[in-house]
Amino acid sequence: MKKLSAITMVLLVGIFGINTACSDDDWEDRIRYSTGVKLLENPVYKKECGDCHMAYHPGLLPAASWQKLMAGLEDHFDDNAELDKELAQQITQFLLDNSADKSDYRRSRHFRNMAREKVVIRITELPYFIHEHDEIPARLVSGNKEVNSFSHCNACHKKAEQASFREHDIFIPGYGKWDD
Amino acid sequence: MKRISFLFSCLYLGATAVQAESVAVTRLLKTYKSQGATTASRDQGKIMWQKQYSGKSPFNTRSCASCHETDLKQSGKHVKTKKVIKPMAPSVNPERLTDIKEIEKWFRRNCKWTLGRECSPAEKASLLTYISQQ
Repeated sequence: MKKLSAITMVLLVGIFGINTACSDDDWEDRIRYSTGVKLLENPVYKKECGDCHMAYHPGLLPAASWQKLMAGLEDHFDDNAELDKELAQQITQFLLDNSADKSDYRRSRHFRNMAREKVVIRITELPYFIHEHDEIPARLVSGNKEVNSFSHCNACHKKAEQASFREHDIFIPGYGKWDD
Repeated sequence: MKRISFLFSCLYLGATAVQAESVAVTRLLKTYKSQGATTASRDQGKIMWQKQYSGKSPFNTRSCASCHETDLKQSGKHVKTKKVIKPMAPSVNPERLTDIKEIEKWFRRNCKWTLGRECSPAEKASLLTYISQQ
């Protein structure tokens, strides 16, 4: 009897173990590791930046870019996005702590490794971004009313908000799935 | 009896909700007055809301309605990012005008973008009066 309960215990531990290791979140994060950037929850960042546009994940830009961008919020891509000093500092810290320089996720590594010497503040001007999007004709982006600009990641990358940029999840409005 | 007290609770909750909204507005209007705003005119606020201001390219003409629509009860759209902006009118979006810090943050940003300068306390008082009555 003792033997039996020992076996049951081992089985139970095994099942729970597998369950934890293969939970949905964990699986999604493994996909993100190789096809996206790190997903981070930060309600302050989401509110202050996400009110006007998708709150771009910190791992999409190198630290120097975030630093420069946050120092110029008064003229933020033709808009004024000023924040009070304390909030700006708090958000800058969050972005620097989690920038592409600090992340091992595949896309982040490419963003930082292929960064030019010149510090750019647009994700769309990073060499890796250009490299990944150079085959997409303008008519599908700027000429596409439902996309408008490469800045609208989530117009085509259906899981952009979840930090996943897997090819499988690309759907270009008016065109369909995109295969490289 | 239970029904009556339930009714009272509802009334009370309703009243606090309305009150919470006006607290921020009342306090801010008082602040603007102390900063020199002698009048807070709803009509003046409306004129400002609809006025077209000139700005640099690509947004050569700008107004509050560039992002918020002329009818404040409608949803707007960010002029550049096209992200939907919930209605400004507290009557359809009770979350509006409930947080002093938020109101001040957006006045600073949006006056600078639209008018090219910060709004005066009198201008803010008029705009706030107009928006709060929508």
